[in-house]
Amino acid sequence: MSHPRTGTEVFDAEFLAIRAKLLEVAAALDRVDRAGGSEAADPRATQVQAAIQVLLRPEDDRAEQLQLIFSRPYQDDWQEKFQMTNDE
Amino acid sequence: MYYIDPHIHMVSRTTDDYETLAKMGCVAVSEPAFWAGYDRGSAAGFRDYFEQLTAFEPKRAGWYGVQHFTWLCINAKEAENVSLARDVIAMIPEFLDRPGVLGIGEIGLNKNTRNEAIVFLEHVALAMQTDEQILIHTPHLQDKYQGTRMILDMLCDDGRVNRERVLVDHVEEHTVRPVLDAGFWAGMTLYPVTKCTPARAADIIELYGPERLLVNSAGDWGPSKPTAVPDFILEMRRRGHSESHIRRVVYENPLTFFGQSRNFVFNPPDVAEHAGV
Repeated sequence: MSHPRTGTEVFDAEFLAIRAKLLEVAAALDRVDRAGGSEAADPRATQVQAAIQVLLRPEDDRAEQLQLIFSRPYQDDWQEKFQMTNDE
Repeated sequence: MYYIDPHIHMVSRTTDDYETLAKMGCVAVSEPAFWAGYDRGSAAGFRDYFEQLTAFEPKRAGWYGVQHFTWLCINAKEAENVSLARDVIAMIPEFLDRPGVLGIGEIGLNKNTRNEAIVFLEHVALAMQTDEQILIHTPHLQDKYQGTRMILDMLCDDGRVNRERVLVDHVEEHTVRPVLDAGFWAGMTLYPVTKCTPARAADIIELYGPERLLVNSAGDWGPSKPTAVPDFILEMRRRGHSESHIRRVVYENPLTFFGQSRNFVFNPPDVAEHAGV
């Protein structure tokens, strides 16, 4: 399926929404800091920082990369670990 | 534009919602069995639920000209109780020949446990024995990627499974590709916070094309919007997509997928629009 809009047209339609969403993220992080900051070991803080780094990359799969940051890893030997057999 | 919502839990919605859906152009819904918000204590509880899905909901939908179809199973969350799950699976065939029953669903994983995987495989075995289509729930949030890959492993290991008769639902940016590449249908759920938004679903359509992709509201008892599919239609229009492209996703694709079920008897609402006139 085609992409009917140019990049400029996407910005024309979505710039204010992008701005608003970025402000929401900035304000939420400010809120965390004003509340004493996150604990050093809190993995959610690490995930958020990694996600923000992804936004700065020039690739066109940022959404997929963010999803993976917030995902548990897949291990292809899970059936062996679960001792799954064909006659379960 | 007429559309079909291929995944919505109307037992959790009001009759007013049926009326609103009808006014928005919804001509049919498909309702998979799911978690009621609490764990049911017996197989008898599921028998009553299946009775509601196959008898009362089609009647209630019909009051507004909406055709109702359904899928039966014990959901992944309650599947942690393997004994109860086996009692429910043994009962499901009693309902499979009822009008509007499209297959087994929504089966899947929740926390990606061994018990969930065992019950998933036993549902698949039932579907193979009874020649039913399958509708699959993939896990939430951080468990989605791992669980989707586990589900694909189990399905692809079973040579009996016809992948064109299986819908893997709730895909997002990180799971849609492996589902489509393996030959399955994929569903995108439009939710206010979790899962896909209408804009991100439209992005995925633009990236992958409309082949074997569906959009649904998965409206239920939690934060959800039963009219989310019309939101997707509007988003696609705003971007300049043609009416025929949009109709392909929200109307023709569900018909193609559901049409593989022996109990899918559909009465088109308007021949002129259906023909693109």
